[in-house]
Amino acid sequence: MATSYDFDDGVGYEDMGGGYRQQPQDLGYDPNFVPDAVKTFVVHLYRHIREKNVYEIHQMYEGSFQKLSDRMFKESPWPSVDAVAPYVDNDHVFCLLYQEMWFRHLYARLAPTPKQRIDSWDNYCSLFQVVLHGVVNMQLPNQWLWDMVDEFVYQFQSYCQYRAKMKNKTEQEIALLRQYDQAWNVYGVLNYLQALVEKSMIIQILEQEKEGLEQFTATDGYDYSGGSNVLKVLGYFSMIGLLRVHCLLGDYHTGLKCLLPIDISQSGVYTSVIGSHITTIYHYGFANLMLRRYVDAIREFNKILLYIYKTKQYHQKSPQYEQILKKNEQMYALLAICLSLCPQVKLVEENVNNQLREKYGEKMLRMQRYDEEAFALYDELFSYACPKFITPSAPIYEEPLVNYNQDAYRLQLKLFLYEVKQQQLLSGIRTFLKLYSTISIGKLATYMEVDEPTLRTILMTYKHKTHAVDSEGKIFSNADVDFYINDDMIYVVESKSAKRYGDYFLRQIVKLEETINEMDRAKLE
Amino acid sequence: MGREREAPKQQQVSYTVEQLVALNPYNPDILPDLENFVNEQVSSQTYSLDANLCLLRLYQFEPERMSTQIVARILVKALMAMPAPDFSLCLFLIPERVQMEEQFKTLIVLSHYLETARFCQFWGEAAKNHNILEVVPGFEQAIQAYAIHVLSLTYQKVPRPVLAEAINIEGLSLDKFLEHQVANCGWVLEKGQGRGQLIVLPRNEFNHPELKKSTADSIPLEHITRILPILG
Repeated sequence: MATSYDFDDGVGYEDMGGGYRQQPQDLGYDPNFVPDAVKTFVVHLYRHIREKNVYEIHQMYEGSFQKLSDRMFKESPWPSVDAVAPYVDNDHVFCLLYQEMWFRHLYARLAPTPKQRIDSWDNYCSLFQVVLHGVVNMQLPNQWLWDMVDEFVYQFQSYCQYRAKMKNKTEQEIALLRQYDQAWNVYGVLNYLQALVEKSMIIQILEQEKEGLEQFTATDGYDYSGGSNVLKVLGYFSMIGLLRVHCLLGDYHTGLKCLLPIDISQSGVYTSVIGSHITTIYHYGFANLMLRRYVDAIREFNKILLYIYKTKQYHQKSPQYEQILKKNEQMYALLAICLSLCPQVKLVEENVNNQLREKYGEKMLRMQRYDEEAFALYDELFSYACPKFITPSAPIYEEPLVNYNQDAYRLQLKLFLYEVKQQQLLSGIRTFLKLYSTISIGKLATYMEVDEPTLRTILMTYKHKTHAVDSEGKIFSNADVDFYINDDMIYVVESKSAKRYGDYFLRQIVKLEETINEMDRAKLE
Repeated sequence: MGREREAPKQQQVSYTVEQLVALNPYNPDILPDLENFVNEQVSSQTYSLDANLCLLRLYQFEPERMSTQIVARILVKALMAMPAPDFSLCLFLIPERVQMEEQFKTLIVLSHYLETARFCQFWGEAAKNHNILEVVPGFEQAIQAYAIHVLSLTYQKVPRPVLAEAINIEGLSLDKFLEHQVANCGWVLEKGQGRGQLIVLPRNEFNHPELKKSTADSIPLEHITRILPILG
């Protein structure tokens, strides 16, 4: 399923002018005509859903829908829901699901009209209400459930971008916006996600799972005792949806708080779908970068980039492949930023480091310099890799209509660069500190070409900026080179990474055992 | 009797607001409660980042309801929460045109001085803007605590003038302050080489790196369990 992460509509922030494009109307498209292939598709999908055959549902959802879209609906929408309803007993829930896919296909391949954006919102409302009232008795693949949450947030973001481009709006469009002011309203979006989290009791389920009272992760969220997985798994993915929405709003602290019930140090249901895995870590890492917890960001970026590096080939045929590559590139850019501000290279695995050097090695060298060009590079990488920030409030119709779709992005960029500026002298200090085990304040001040009081403030800034506050309020160090001052003398402590012999031996023991077992087997043949 | 009635009510208000934020964070109706809660935090010298971010979020959703006076108070409170990054967290949510207002520009400059440990400039600028800061009790003490925090990360022994500048206390008042710290916080006074006094700050893992626990050598139990079948 071609789901869109953040960046489907437009490459960067530069090309977002203009209003909506009129949907290219294929003259041959008749919404009421249902080709035989589609009839077969909906009939089978409906049957598999009723029989709770998750495997077949997944095959049809990931495979057949995609193939049919490629073959028959490249440039036109699927047949309308009203036209297919007779083939599926006019089943209310199935029609909502079909409609959701219908809109998703439309967003991915064509351009939605303003009215279609609003209709899609209505469809999500109906769908989520049905789920929240607990009348859904289905078992749907995680991939599909993830796509729903992902698409819901994507369409919200897309709507905010669309609405913020007021300059070229026709009167008709503006009238529509005013008439349907509840469509994609930020309160509505957040409250649906929040309601799914609460109603599903997912936080309590994950808590109880830790005590062995409940199974969720072990079964990948599926319910093998006859129940439905839909509400539970939607609730689970909604926590990731909330993280993403809060990041889009610039509220990183709250975003991370929403993710807390999921333990990202381990695999879990969020890793069962590649798109969800990447979205989670991308936003987690980005939020930590903005909170100056560089080490946390570096660690998780490293892990997922290594994972993508090793498994990329298996996703080549997947409809998400392009999105995976795109996010992969963006996360390398974010990793380059993190490491330029906090050079903890030893946290980065060799393959990832090689990739990083290849992509950004030269830029990272220039980013160390902290001249105008370095700032331009921070700007460039941040703009390329940041989420597509939104302004959630409605336009002010009484005032002259202006575009405000870049306001949120500009603010986040400005504040980020402000932070970079505050740290601009630190890489110089770090370079000197690495050369000495002890050095007097006076001498270092001369080398740095500043006076002593200024040097003392730079040294304190170094300490402050390399010591972040974690979510529990505890101080922890991000520094690779550390020091302390005794009166007028600086004592440098380079944190040498102690080789982890324990781990090494453990791995070798396991390896040896495997080899011996293999040799034993070979003798038998 | 009035006092008796008021006490439980106050308690209930704070309890309710924090609960509202936890249970109902996306509800525009709690906006007035959150605004009152900001004022309450100011007067009772308490602090809730979550509640304040929640309020800034509601302002972000409905800019026409924003009170810049409340925003200013939230920002002063966030400065007082240094070294935590709360001030930036708040700025991320405040529209740029609002940040252009004079009082916010001032607060951003103050934050910049604190972030770059330029305490001398900070206290100078703070003195010029007493009107914004004095409405929030405990401001000076909070910043002094932050300055001491940064000094303790950095110094084992700090020269008296450096300390004096960072916390903006001099002469006899500084003597009194030091006396108090020696008695209560484990500070020790030493005579420096020839000139002036040195203050020995309490040891922590940041100014005494050898105190840092090395976790690198230990192996978690669950890793050992993996090879138990082999060993057995």
